[in-house]
Amino acid sequence: MGAISLIALLIAAIAFSAGGILVGKILVKGSSNPQKGQAYECGIPTNTSPWHQFNVGYYLFALLFLIFDVELVFLYPWAVVVKKVGILALIEIMVFIFILFMGFLYAHKKGALKWS
Amino acid sequence: MLSLESITKTTQDWLLAKFTPTLALTIECVIVILLAITLFAVLGLVLVLLERKVAARIQIRLGPNRVGPGGIFQTAADTLKLIMKEGLTPDTADKFLFNLAPFIVMMVAMLLLAPIAFAKNFQIWDINIGVLYISAISSLSVIGILMAGWASNNKYSLLGAMRSGAQIVSYELSAGFAVLTIVVLTGSLQISEIVASQENGWWLFKGHIPVVIAFVLYIIAVTAETNRAPFDLAEAESELTAGFHTEYSGMKFALFFLAEYINIFIVCAIGATLFLGGWMPLHFGHWEGFNHIMDYIPSSVWFMGKTFLLIFLIMWFRWTFPRLRVDQLLNLEWKYLLPISLFNLLLVTVIAIMGWHF
Repeated sequence: MGAISLIALLIAAIAFSAGGILVGKILVKGSSNPQKGQAYECGIPTNTSPWHQFNVGYYLFALLFLIFDVELVFLYPWAVVVKKVGILALIEIMVFIFILFMGFLYAHKKGALKWS
Repeated sequence: MLSLESITKTTQDWLLAKFTPTLALTIECVIVILLAITLFAVLGLVLVLLERKVAARIQIRLGPNRVGPGGIFQTAADTLKLIMKEGLTPDTADKFLFNLAPFIVMMVAMLLLAPIAFAKNFQIWDINIGVLYISAISSLSVIGILMAGWASNNKYSLLGAMRSGAQIVSYELSAGFAVLTIVVLTGSLQISEIVASQENGWWLFKGHIPVVIAFVLYIIAVTAETNRAPFDLAEAESELTAGFHTEYSGMKFALFFLAEYINIFIVCAIGATLFLGGWMPLHFGHWEGFNHIMDYIPSSVWFMGKTFLLIFLIMWFRWTFPRLRVDQLLNLEWKYLLPISLFNLLLVTVIAIMGWHF
């Protein structure tokens, strides 16, 4: 099957999830209670909103990830042809990875990989 | 002979003979939908029970043994209980995103089924960029998790989701590099070609040391990507209650739970396809008799056997290793696994170009 199978699978996922939730909705008779609407969190009433500033460390790792993930995407077409192109492709990718690795070492020296 | 391959072929021929091509395609789509939903339901039931039984075995206890013989209906009973529970949405939550998140997670899990070769010529879509497709789609699941954590309006959920996001994106790199080693060796991204290249031996055996390293890296990375112990910081029961799905109840919780197990199945299936030969039977060089006997075992049994072996391995990890701290987790990836996988990729390229593999 072709790309249409993706649409079929999407429909399957939506039907499965919506079906399950709907069956639950039909079968269950809910009761209303003001406490039910409160966030559970860890059991005690919550104070202060969680939607505020967050540890910048996650952001740094996301940025680093972006660099290496783009590199990974570049490597896919290379990996397909490397056997045909031969030794030249190996040298080219060595240069590519060397440059990236320098950047990685720089980030490491700067302490971007340290969790604080 | 009755095999999945001949069944699909007969069905398709019959459909094309009876109906117009458009109608036949529609019917095929319906069949795919039904099969995918059945697979999800069965896998969910089996894997949860398997997890509990394996855990019980490792901890020298019995595990579920009341519902049905040997407790085999335990997960069915649990599912029934979850359906009967009321699905609550907190008043403070972002309602739209809160309800959307389980759908996203399920969609990603479902879309990943498309390129997996379950048996010989038994694939939903043999896309020519199979491996790239898998890594592209699987990275979407982090969106569902972040969405769930953020929309819950709950500090622990958000913390769990953030940790999960950092962890998934980090370990995706080494998983990607591990997959690339196989792409370098086969020179193709198509799943069926990768499986075909392992006809005379699985890559794990004929790819020398770099492939073994890549396999180990892959297993570590996917354990982290699926938020499994020892990398289960995202839902660490003892510190974050349940991470990003604390606020979910009833069927929505069940969907997250199911998607988690389906993801384990999928990553193990991909691992089995890339490193252990997919549906290819085990062959040893010139042992004609042995190879002949192995050919009699159906290809779907081979595929499922390998996949469940890897699933068992990942379940085994959970009861063997203590949980890592978040800094240890990120250190492991960025200071050890990533440089190792970069170097490993160069090594495997040398081997592939020189033709040193078998």
